Amino acid sequence: MLGMSANSVSYNEQGSVESGVDAAQENSNISGGGGGGAAFSLFSADCKKNEDLKEMLENNKESLKLEAMKRIVGLIAKGKNASELFPAVVKNVASKNIELKKLVYVYLVRYAEEQQDLALLSISTFQRALKDPNQLIRASALRVLSSIRVPIIVPIMMLAIKESSTDLSPYVRKTAAHAIQKLYSLDPDQKEHLIEVIEKLLKDKSTLVAGSVVMAFEEVCPDRIDLIHKNYRKLCNMLVDVEEWGQVVIIHMLTRYARTQFVSPWGEDAVFDENNEKTFYDSEEERRADESKPYVMDPDHRLLLRNTKPLLQSRNTAVVMAVSQLYWHLAPKHEISIVTKSLVRLLRSHREVQYVVLQNIATMSIQRKGMFEPFMKSFYVRSTDATHIKTLKLEILTNLANEANISTILREFQTYVKSQDKAFAAATIQAIGRCATDISEVTDTCLNGLVLLLSNRDETVVAESVVVIKKLLQTQPSQHSDIIKHMAKLFDNITVPMARASILWLMGEYCEHVPKIAPDVLRKMAKTFTSEEDIVKLQIVNLAAKLYLTNSKQTKLLTQYILNLGKYDQNYDIRDRTRFIRQLIVPNEKSGALSKYARRILMAPKPAPVLQSAFKDRDRYQLGTLSHSLNSYATGYLELSNWPPVAPDQSVRNVEVVEPVTEALASALGKSKHAKSDEKFYSGSEEEEEEEEEEGSSSEDSSSSSGESESESKSEENSDDSNKSSSSQSEKSSSESDTDKKKTQKNKKLHQQKPASKDRKLKNGKAANDESRSGSESDSESSSSESSSESGSQSELDSNSDSGTDQKRKTKSKPVQSKPVTNAEKKEVSLLDLDDFSPVPVSTPKSSILSPSLLSDLQGLSISSSASALQASSPVFVPETSHELLHRMTGKGLSAQYRFTRQPCIYGNSMVSLQLTLSNNSEQALENIHISEKSSSGQNIHRFSAIERLEPQASATVSMGVDFNDSTQAAHFQLCTKEDEFSVSIQPAVGELLLPITMSEADFTKEQGKLVGMNESSATITTTPENISSQSVNRNVVSAANLGVIPSNQENIHRFAGKTVSSGSLVLVSVAPKDPDALITVNTEKSVIASMLLRQFKTALTNITP
Amino acid sequence: MIHSLFLVNASGDIFLEKHWKSVVSRSVCDYFFEALERATEPENVPPVIPTPHHYLINVLRHRIYFVAVIQSEVPPLFVIEFLHRVVDTFQDYFGVCTEAAIKDNVVVVYELLEEMLDNGFPLATESNILKELIKPPTILRTVVNTITGSTNVGEQLPTGQLSVVPWRRTGVKYTNNEAYFDVVEEIDAIIDKSGSTITAEIQGVVDACVKLTGMPDLTLSFMNPRLLDDVSFHPCVRFKRWEAERILSFIPPDGNFRLLSYHVSSQNLVAIPVYVKHNISFREGSSQGRFELTLGPKQTMGKAVESVLVSSQLPRGVLNANLNASQGTYTFDPVTKLLSWDVGKINPQKLPSLKGSVSLQAGAFKPDENPTINIQFKIQQLAISGLKVNRLDMYGEKYKPFKGIKYMTKAGKFQVRT
Repeated sequence: MLGMSANSVSYNEQGSVESGVDAAQENSNISGGGGGGAAFSLFSADCKKNEDLKEMLENNKESLKLEAMKRIVGLIAKGKNASELFPAVVKNVASKNIELKKLVYVYLVRYAEEQQDLALLSISTFQRALKDPNQLIRASALRVLSSIRVPIIVPIMMLAIKESSTDLSPYVRKTAAHAIQKLYSLDPDQKEHLIEVIEKLLKDKSTLVAGSVVMAFEEVCPDRIDLIHKNYRKLCNMLVDVEEWGQVVIIHMLTRYARTQFVSPWGEDAVFDENNEKTFYDSEEERRADESKPYVMDPDHRLLLRNTKPLLQSRNTAVVMAVSQLYWHLAPKHEISIVTKSLVRLLRSHREVQYVVLQNIATMSIQRKGMFEPFMKSFYVRSTDATHIKTLKLEILTNLANEANISTILREFQTYVKSQDKAFAAATIQAIGRCATDISEVTDTCLNGLVLLLSNRDETVVAESVVVIKKLLQTQPSQHSDIIKHMAKLFDNITVPMARASILWLMGEYCEHVPKIAPDVLRKMAKTFTSEEDIVKLQIVNLAAKLYLTNSKQTKLLTQYILNLGKYDQNYDIRDRTRFIRQLIVPNEKSGALSKYARRILMAPKPAPVLQSAFKDRDRYQLGTLSHSLNSYATGYLELSNWPPVAPDQSVRNVEVVEPVTEALASALGKSKHAKSDEKFYSGSEEEEEEEEEEGSSSEDSSSSSGESESESKSEENSDDSNKSSSSQSEKSSSESDTDKKKTQKNKKLHQQKPASKDRKLKNGKAANDESRSGSESDSESSSSESSSESGSQSELDSNSDSGTDQKRKTKSKPVQSKPVTNAEKKEVSLLDLDDFSPVPVSTPKSSILSPSLLSDLQGLSISSSASALQASSPVFVPETSHELLHRMTGKGLSAQYRFTRQPCIYGNSMVSLQLTLSNNSEQALENIHISEKSSSGQNIHRFSAIERLEPQASATVSMGVDFNDSTQAAHFQLCTKEDEFSVSIQPAVGELLLPITMSEADFTKEQGKLVGMNESSATITTTPENISSQSVNRNVVSAANLGVIPSNQENIHRFAGKTVSSGSLVLVSVAPKDPDALITVNTEKSVIASMLLRQFKTALTNITP
Repeated sequence: MIHSLFLVNASGDIFLEKHWKSVVSRSVCDYFFEALERATEPENVPPVIPTPHHYLINVLRHRIYFVAVIQSEVPPLFVIEFLHRVVDTFQDYFGVCTEAAIKDNVVVVYELLEEMLDNGFPLATESNILKELIKPPTILRTVVNTITGSTNVGEQLPTGQLSVVPWRRTGVKYTNNEAYFDVVEEIDAIIDKSGSTITAEIQGVVDACVKLTGMPDLTLSFMNPRLLDDVSFHPCVRFKRWEAERILSFIPPDGNFRLLSYHVSSQNLVAIPVYVKHNISFREGSSQGRFELTLGPKQTMGKAVESVLVSSQLPRGVLNANLNASQGTYTFDPVTKLLSWDVGKINPQKLPSLKGSVSLQAGAFKPDENPTINIQFKIQQLAISGLKVNRLDMYGEKYKPFKGIKYMTKAGKFQVRT
């Protein structure tokens, strides 16, 4: 510090002549007061220096003032007292110089508490600053105002907080959220008012505010769970976009919330997985099937799990830990293991992080070995680890030990036992003992190993071994008399009291197994009794008593001698024990009824000690908390409640929609075949709603992408809507019978809504104006080129929320679609500025697809649904050919065939749907036909549910989905029956990896224009005129690949469009016959697919004759 | 949350304190000093220490303890992560994070801490935002400031704070637009006595230094993304895109940042680039022990193994080492018993070796265990997992950036048990 100030002072010298004199003076003072200092007494130096500082502060020159403040901050940093400068400093609070002002703030916050009266002088400055047009100044004024802990200004603070909580700048609102906690700690009486502010801020839609207000909530009113209900879904959805520290706080809060609101997913037969969840939105039948299941996860519960999952990839270790604990406490048992990898990754981080993470893994691994067993080697100890890390790793390895891996672990332990870190070696011996008791197969091996250790040179190792052996022997004493003998022999060399005591205890307990040695040991002990440690003495008395009872002939005198020694021992415990033992075992006239039972008392079979982990009961604390780390309640720890037996009303989380803009727009655009109303949200048949949402949103984007900046305001509502519909899901499923009624209602609504729609559009316009920032962004972006606009909003879109995708899935999964569904592919979504938590992917792959004319159509409300940009269509052609999967010879009677249905897969967006026909050609029935869990290849496969029984000569048809990941690599898997396993593979033709799309010709050309260069491949083929008649081309192409035909005006060009199933990249094919040749062009980003397709078309168009 | 922060140097002096709420007396650190005394090594201080009224959470970096005082329940990792972030920021600002650097820049440190935490809750931790609020000290700036009277403190709220890309500052301008990516992989391995691998895994990071004008949108794709088993991203990476296409798509922060860290699954066999032949033996009763080490390259894909440094903690009974290095220099610290041998580059034709004898304390027993050998090395232009960047594209800006990718393999925790 001094160095620097001296430095800048000397710069000063050069800079301005006038200040040179002062500065030089300062210079000498610094070296006197701070550095050399020997000549001055400390006090005078300090005093003098402060005088100087005061002078500098009162000077007119900013630079001097700044210099003084810098040095004062230096004093504060060192913990020196600078409070007497308060009056001089506080005068500068209104300084124009920002840096000076900030330093004054630092000073104020530090000393205001001590100098309350003077601090009041500064208040008016802050009050003025709170009105400043610059948001940074407003925010920092609020920060300081709320940080000076002067009770008198509580009302002023309260007022400032209230005002700032409605500030236009989210940054100021964030500061207000922080200020709430400060005010609360200053004056807890303000709680009620503060809760009001919290309630207001919880509704805030800015991601900036969310973390801070939840923090305030946790501090001020963690029990007011009811404030969260309405914001729950919003918080879940915006979580990915909140800054990382806020994420941690929100996740912890939501964990607590979820434990009070949802029922336990851990029921015995809670067979629940992601797939289930998807079907659960599907058709009525499946829904009914779900209902029959004992446990259905609340969609909100699922929403939380789904939205936190991506955060496992965060770089912030605290976030990863928070998500892990959330999964641990909330997820169904079989889903918890997805956190494993991420936790193991954290072990690469800093030492302190490792420590905390290992503690948590230790607790987890006790309950669920399977989670971490595959990563066992990550817990191997390195010689460079800190001791507490080593012991934790040891703990985990011990927890993970089972029959299969115990030999590996023991081999590893052998290395550790030899470690130079003796405390660690001792801990390893304990661990070996635990393994030995847990896994009976290795008990003998471990015992032998431990006996070998008895001859180790290091005392602590030997002592620990003795103690552990003692515990082990207790479990099975009879076979081990030779070990006891061996230990008796070693006894003379062992000096550690605990170990000596253990051996003596063993002798006494099992004296019948070693009848010769035990009295001899007692004889030796009698000699050294006086010089032993207390615990050893107690055990000597014990041994004597036991021997007296079993072998009184040989030991009577010895025992009496020892009892006499004990009687006069210095330690009262030993005297007590001796007196007790004597009364118990030595018969005399006074001895009561007890001595009859002496033998039974002393020689009672004792239960073996249980060697268990120190982390056994740690799970009573929420993982990842300070309390868990310390294994004791920390102040302010909020206990995690147990699952409620019955879920509280879930409708409390439904959010009121003020303006049902979406539907209005949908109907306004003339698209809604079924209009709907607000009420319907809570009761109506949901699929239609879903679809409408889709349509509503898609039309929205098209309009907004072409320049209307409506997207933000609407998509928000959209999100609310769709959330609601998913939550009301289960209600709905129970009220199927109502559906009809609802439909009629709906029709009525249709009529009512149309007239209303126009004003609603107007309102939209206003809303859009409010969101001017985003509005203008999306404006400019959409008008600029595609690449540039991607940059602006994609991150937001990417993180939008999964619920959107899921709902997509829902709509898509209906195998037969009466109406085409929009094909908005999330990851390619680009140009629109959306609100953070719109769940519906609100854009098309290439948003510029819409021509201006289309836009005018949209505005003219005359567009029909078929004209919207990109729509997945039903396949033009479904080949009947099926391929052999398993021949009946190899399948021992079971044969299987598969065929591509060319339908969107109901199991997942990126899966190819397959139909499997299984037939039993054998003599007896086959049971439990299923696909084994282990898939040998990387593909993600949705298995069909197992077929319980297939009678001879019967066949069954099932459907499954495979995510080929846009490659023609075969998917390998195991088809299993009860007895056998057959490995089979499905190799898709490239044409099956596509889904058809319909679009207008204009769009097609436009898209094609974008996919040129690298993305275009073409070939010329020679063919016969018949072959290139438009019919045959169409037929051949669509049978070769699952593409949609684009209606075309031009006679001689045939166009086809599709998208790849997994990534959704556009695939455009055009065939232009030029007699006698034909030019085939394939445009797609996926060049591999392009070339394969090209090859396929070549053969399809040349070889096949009509 | 975080109440106060104390910085403690290696000799146990508090040289900086900062309080965000009421002042906590520095006597609270006495509990920390107690723990420090009990610990045999500086690393052995437990990270979380309970005291009657507070909890102390500390991290040790650059031989400075950062001790945070906590008063109530808070996830310990939250505090630990934050403290490390503070250290990273200091390093970013001052180049090094030493006691001297902190003392020299105490005002900037204070301003930083003030911005990073409000009422104990992190406020701004992104380096791009902080740098707009408080400009890093440079000599030139100090001169200019003194003359013109301008300050190091920004007057406007950094734009990043409010935008959807809080990690990037706006209005970035460069004359030379460049983007450099370093793929650095570290091999963690334990090799047993006989030279077979007990465990080996590869941890990699992609560090970037991006100096691009405007708001570039980058995509980075790998030739073989399937190699990556587990990844964590800088917040700028679009997770969905990665999930679907295994492409890193991001708007980069300005300057240096860690884009990605990854783990290559341990199922893949990890190529171990060096081998060690060792013969370390102590005879019972003799005061001499034999010590021989030879290093050699293996599976290095034809690249040179450089900056090799071998260190080993010899048993306590060892008095001195009398060795002869065929290459490089070795040192033995008789107090800490640490032997280190700076080998340099391994020449495959003439393998480096270290041979000689170690003398044991007279009468001391033969050590139970031979020392483990820790090895550091570097291999340039090689990512040992075989990961390769396929291409880097930029969207959103018109100019042509200069792009560069560098690969490097290093030893992480590479241990050979003997």
